[in-house]
Amino acid sequence: MPREDVKSFLRTKYLPHIWCPGCGHGIIMHAVLRAVTELKIPQEKLCISSGIGCSSRMPGYIDACTLHTAHGRSLAFATGVKMANPELTIVNVMGDGDATAIGGNHFIHACRRNIGIAAVIMNNNIYGMTGGQASPTTPEDTFATTALYGAIDPVFDICKLAIGAGATYVARSTVAQPMLCEQLLKKAIEHQKNGFSVVEIVSYCHTQFGRRNKRGKAFDNIKYLRDNSIMKAKADTMSAEELKGKMIIGEFLNINNAGEYTKRYDEVILRAKKA
Amino acid sequence: MSQIKFWQGNKAVAMGALAAGCRFFGGYPITPSTEIMEVMSEKLPELGGKFMQMEDEIAGIAAGIGASIAGEKAMTASSGPGISLKQELLGYAYMAEIPIVVVNVQRGGPSTGLPTKVSQADVMQAKWGTHGDHATIAYAPSSVQECYTTTIKSFNMAERFRQPVLVLSDEIIGHMREKIVIPDSETLEIIDRKKPKVSPADFIPYKADDDGVPPMAAFGDGYRWHVTGLTSDDWGFPTNKTEEIEKKANRIISKVERFREDIIEYKEDFMEDAEIVVVSYGSVSRSALRAIRVLREQGVKVGHFRPITLWPFPERQIAEISKKVKHIIVPELNAGQIVLEVERIACGKCEVHRKSLINGELYKPEEIMTFIKELA
Ligand SMILES: Cc1ncc(C[n+]2csc(CCOP(=O)(O)OP(=O)(O)O)c2C)c(N)n1
Ligand code: SF4
Repeated sequence: MPREDVKSFLRTKYLPHIWCPGCGHGIIMHAVLRAVTELKIPQEKLCISSGIGCSSRMPGYIDACTLHTAHGRSLAFATGVKMANPELTIVNVMGDGDATAIGGNHFIHACRRNIGIAAVIMNNNIYGMTGGQASPTTPEDTFATTALYGAIDPVFDICKLAIGAGATYVARSTVAQPMLCEQLLKKAIEHQKNGFSVVEIVSYCHTQFGRRNKRGKAFDNIKYLRDNSIMKAKADTMSAEELKGKMIIGEFLNINNAGEYTKRYDEVILRAKKA
Repeated sequence: MSQIKFWQGNKAVAMGALAAGCRFFGGYPITPSTEIMEVMSEKLPELGGKFMQMEDEIAGIAAGIGASIAGEKAMTASSGPGISLKQELLGYAYMAEIPIVVVNVQRGGPSTGLPTKVSQADVMQAKWGTHGDHATIAYAPSSVQECYTTTIKSFNMAERFRQPVLVLSDEIIGHMREKIVIPDSETLEIIDRKKPKVSPADFIPYKADDDGVPPMAAFGDGYRWHVTGLTSDDWGFPTNKTEEIEKKANRIISKVERFREDIIEYKEDFMEDAEIVVVSYGSVSRSALRAIRVLREQGVKVGHFRPITLWPFPERQIAEISKKVKHIIVPELNAGQIVLEVERIACGKCEVHRKSLINGELYKPEEIMTFIKELA
């Protein structure tokens, strides 16, 4: 059962949620709520934004300033919110399709600007809401309603993409490690003062992906994620051969002195006023 | 004190926005609208506002909507392909009822079309471009002065009705330089969105006042609320109940339609005894007015009606005119768009003549004189 302080952040009137029983996304919402309550962020100063997808329905259940935008565009909306009110803490949640397919351009540019937003990518390797089509993170040789003969498209490594694009805090967990999710989310949310943070949380969609890929039950997926994820410190000691097919979890990047965008914009204002 | 300047139309749009209180701009460069963002990038930070060159036009309007939700007056500007890209999020702003001003400096299309040449072919797109029913408010300035004044009005209407408002400029108006009188800022009428009068605990985010418009809180000012592009109830949460769907769908249209006479603006010249009337707007109206002045001197009974708001369209006024005159000529830089409205409203009471120029040029006064003389 959720703690009392976590419960106070829920819009209980709108429960039960729309997620299928057993969906991995609920574990992420709980971790987000534990992180924001432990950080004691006032609900009035917390903005939870999202795009469109099963994952993106999360803000509706959270009693804060919540912004459910359009498919792929949430980070661009959140950028405007943050610029207009840099005091807001922004947690922007997205699905893998939302963040890396239709929203890929906004994602890399938010990383590049290093704007103070915590981006959470709920990666279930599939388009859940629209019924199981392949996404840019659907593994090769797995099946989707639009990859009936096995996917051949290589996948994005979301963390590497974020690092390459300039995010200054990058980490990964899976829903099989809820405490690690919470820890990384807390650091990512606190990192807003330093810039853009990305936490990829590998989730699952047993309904749409699992069913077609021999992981039809929620538990099969938790077990799969637990058995196939390795903490970064341990992974650093392993060979490429040993790491094949494994997900590396933990913190990959944490840079504190790159200059957060809204603060850098304050310098622009000072320069303009002097000119 | 009012001031006299010699400005470009695009600059007047930007300066009008600032005078209206715009403090956020998000955009992406595209001819012939780029000067607007360049002026904003210079002036906004001087006023403590924020300018952002975004990664594309979609991000430009998205960031503008976000800034508006956080309490700032926001604008984006674009042309042709960029305006097409913005359509989905224009719809978002209609549905979520977020004020924003979107400027379209029209150029030739479809597609990349004619980046440096004039067109009026986005008039119907302005009304129907995004999917779904909604009420459109769009101004068509025809001078540098009006670029300034209609942009201020656009902000006022966006704030009053909580929805996007369009400025439908065009390449000629945007790039033309002429004299403009900048009114004393004290004399300007500036409208700000209604703020909630109730405490956060009693706040029902989409519960409309009698005018059909719900007061709007800003993220960060103490109210907690949900914003979505899904059809929602008074609480702002998605609904599947038919009566709530219908209520929302009707309200976002009627909140504007009920006040159409407040919004509609037009200018009439030489109309008293006119037997022939030219209906034109934007850059074309300048050529038309010139043609009419010359022909009036020759005794031709011709008048001019210029819609300043293309949407809502001045229907009642056109209906009146159609009862009094023999001919209405509608010259446009498109294959016939506003003429469809005129034909529908005139409904056979007078003859309506469709004139189209779609070669990237502006009508010359002589060409419009020829149309009139053929009927005189
Ligand atoms: C512009 C646009 N294109 C397509 C859709 C349809 N659509 C809704 S959700 C979705 C995919 C969601 O997948 P993902 O982002 O991975 O989230 P999940 O549902 O798996 O959590 C799509 C394609 C849409 N709403 N808008
Ligand atoms: S379809 Fe998949 S992602 Fe969506 S709620 Fe169900 S299990 Fe979760």
